[in-house]
Amino acid sequence: MDAPNLIAAVQALQPDATVREKTDRPTLIVPAEGLVALATRLRDDPALKFELLEAHTAIDWIEEDRFELLYLLASIAHGHVLTLSVSVDRENPEVPTLCNVYPIAEWLERESYDLMGILYDDHPDLRRLFLEDDWVGFPLRKDYEDDFMLERPE
Amino acid sequence: MSWQVKTMAERTGDLLPGSPWTAVLYVLLTILAVTAFVTLCGLVLIYAERKVSAHFQCRLGPMRVGWHGLLQTIADTIKLLLKEDIVPRDADALLHILAPVLSFAGMLLVMIALPMSPSIQVADMNIGVLYVTAVSGLGVLGILLGGWSSNNKWSLLGAMRAGAQIISYEVSATLALLVVVLFAGTLQLSGIVQSQETGWWIWRAHGCGIVAFSIFMIAGTAEINRTPFDLAEGESELTAGFHTEYSGLRFSFFFLSEFLNMFVLAAMASTLFLGGWMPLHVGHFTVFNGIMDLLPPGLWFTLKTSAVIFLIMWFRWTFPRLRVDQLMRLEWKILLPIGFVNLFVSAACVVTGFYFFAG
Amino acid sequence: MSVNVSTLQARISGESTASSPLSTEEYFVNMGPQHPSTHGVLRLVLRLDGETVRDVVPVLGYIHRGIEKMGEHGNYRQFVHLVDRMDYLAALSNNWAVTMVVEKAAKMETTDRIQAIRTLVCELQRIQSHQLWWGVFGMDLGGFTPFFYGLRDREQLCDIFEKTIGARLTMNYIQPGGVMYDIHPDFVKDVKTFLAYFKSKLPEYDTLMSENVIIQERLRGIGKLSAERALALGATGPVLRASGVAHDLRKSEPYGLYSQVDFDVPVGTTGDCWDRYWVRMEEMRQSIRIVEQLIDNIPEGKTFMVKPAAKIKVPAGVHYSHMETPRGVLGVVLVSDGKESPYRIHCRTPNFNNLWCIGEMATGGRIGDLVAMLSSIDLVIPDIDR
Repeated sequence: MDAPNLIAAVQALQPDATVREKTDRPTLIVPAEGLVALATRLRDDPALKFELLEAHTAIDWIEEDRFELLYLLASIAHGHVLTLSVSVDRENPEVPTLCNVYPIAEWLERESYDLMGILYDDHPDLRRLFLEDDWVGFPLRKDYEDDFMLERPE
Repeated sequence: MSWQVKTMAERTGDLLPGSPWTAVLYVLLTILAVTAFVTLCGLVLIYAERKVSAHFQCRLGPMRVGWHGLLQTIADTIKLLLKEDIVPRDADALLHILAPVLSFAGMLLVMIALPMSPSIQVADMNIGVLYVTAVSGLGVLGILLGGWSSNNKWSLLGAMRAGAQIISYEVSATLALLVVVLFAGTLQLSGIVQSQETGWWIWRAHGCGIVAFSIFMIAGTAEINRTPFDLAEGESELTAGFHTEYSGLRFSFFFLSEFLNMFVLAAMASTLFLGGWMPLHVGHFTVFNGIMDLLPPGLWFTLKTSAVIFLIMWFRWTFPRLRVDQLMRLEWKILLPIGFVNLFVSAACVVTGFYFFAG
Repeated sequence: MSVNVSTLQARISGESTASSPLSTEEYFVNMGPQHPSTHGVLRLVLRLDGETVRDVVPVLGYIHRGIEKMGEHGNYRQFVHLVDRMDYLAALSNNWAVTMVVEKAAKMETTDRIQAIRTLVCELQRIQSHQLWWGVFGMDLGGFTPFFYGLRDREQLCDIFEKTIGARLTMNYIQPGGVMYDIHPDFVKDVKTFLAYFKSKLPEYDTLMSENVIIQERLRGIGKLSAERALALGATGPVLRASGVAHDLRKSEPYGLYSQVDFDVPVGTTGDCWDRYWVRMEEMRQSIRIVEQLIDNIPEGKTFMVKPAAKIKVPAGVHYSHMETPRGVLGVVLVSDGKESPYRIHCRTPNFNNLWCIGEMATGGRIGDLVAMLSSIDLVIPDIDR
């Protein structure tokens, strides 16, 4: 399925999804609430069949006071790809977990909790992945500071 | 040509009535000789293992210390002696210290029974085979104690594996030995060697000998914990198995007894199946046998034992390791039934007198 | 719905799952961070029942260096050299993955010569990486000799790389806009010598390991992963292909010159350790085929399209591109705000996802099986921890 058809098909499933600009993969902005239901349908719909959650990461848009979560889905059977983008509030970054749809999400979400501080509702085992249990702060956030920080060049 | 067996023990006995002090001196010299032999044998074996493994693996092995690395093992021994001797805080200190000694003692006690030549044997018991089997079982006690007393889960796992493995494979090894005992009609080691004057048991017994030899080699390799049966150590699985917590001198005791156990296995295999110090004889072909007798018996023993040792090293540097359940399956479901059948067949052979050069 | 943040302690002090009458008291063992067969500093907390593995909890982060955070503090060219330190056995592939996303986003032109060189060195590195894996695999199964055989042949490739690139491990060779240097004049001759040599040595690999009955016994039926589970667990590369999914980005989304060469994608059937072993062995042969087709046809042209000191600016937006490294799909998410350094950069590394399968595979096996499974995944720990 090519990109416009794919977006149309997904928008049929989730009418309030809007297209995110400035990306090189077909990307849709979806609300956090219906994420699990949408992902389940994307995975199970025979025409879409996104069986692989290739990557998941979070971006800290500190100036807009939000985190953007990217879910990069791929369908090996059909050879098409789709990115879901979810925005969450920076003060209370809670999203539902995708663990029950894609088991790999358990680790990917732990990584983004560890480094970015995203909180995943109903995650079975939400704990730090790389850093120690008692680490303070979330290093990949733009306002993270410690004694060894480098300055970002302009 | 008849062979006159004269052991160290007998010589001491001869000396005793005349001059008791010379006898005591002779005993001390014998003890010294055994200790020196054990040390030297360890050095040679370790050097040989290094060189053999190196050439199997397209490399040179030790080359720097001494000519072609001859002194490397001595340098390593000095290093091991100088290392700190660590007993873990929560270990059972007494047993931790006792374990390598036990393991070493088992090996040392076997040494005195091995007939290396008609004149080089410390004691020639009339139950030699039984003695060797019994005393070599002492080594497993050292391994079990060492693994248990270290208070380390990896050590314990290694020790338990070793215990299960050695005790299981002892059954098969003993069954294989019994075949030769049946044919030779004696448990005395020198008697077994002399019974092979017209040919070695490995080929005189219509295949029973070869089967028994193969079983003995497999079970023996398992008993001395060498690849493909080195599960007790299993460095990729259990870090170092039962001797994870050992260092310095105590580790070297385990290490040395492991190598010398290989020598004991090879010596037993060559004594029982390959004629020991007996030169290669074929029936009553006097001319051929006479030519073979030109080489002294001690050299024959050395050559045969070295060949078996090379075979064991060859196993180690070619095969990967078995898994623990496959190891048990191999013993109880494959080796043991074959061993029993083989024993019955050879018993039949002995009863009917149906084997080569029976006379 | 609730967010429940837990700790490692809570995770491993779970209830006993022992059920059979033979089950004894369960206990925990730390495998690693210093353990001979975790190939680095991976720690696995094992819940054992005797020798049987009941649960595996991987604990990561012992070599976490924050490469993603460091990437935000340098320019794109500097990031290329950071990713050398991720999957250090396939440094060229890592270089190329970053280069690819930067070139795609900044719309930089390349020549056929650049692409041919990149394809060639990456395929050679695939062989090199699999050689080392093969040796280490043998060592993990308890045979030492394969390790030396593997390293002996790997050395030849190291020398070829050293001549052209100047490095043997961390290459930093493939750069946005080209390659660091043109190939060495001897490159073509050396590679041909190597191919002739290696083709004569591959049968040796088979006689030593593949045809060994102990290897077959140890690998067949161990660590099975069905195609559905492998996909759900995010596995890629040989691990996924061994499960029967012919997913290879070199075929499905050809980059470099892969569209011009002829090669097969080896696929397994049951997804056990043997299939993973076989797939990698076959991949070495396919890589030889690819190199043979390309080595005589390196086109002429420039090897660097921009000045090495030129500043690279990437238009604002989210860019993603992925490629097939020896271990699986390496993807790079590049978020740019139009400046000289990335706003956020994320690497989707193959080992991270592949390691996640170990929990599914290992449960119920023995410790010896676990070692074989770990090795059949072909882990490089810095690639997981980043």
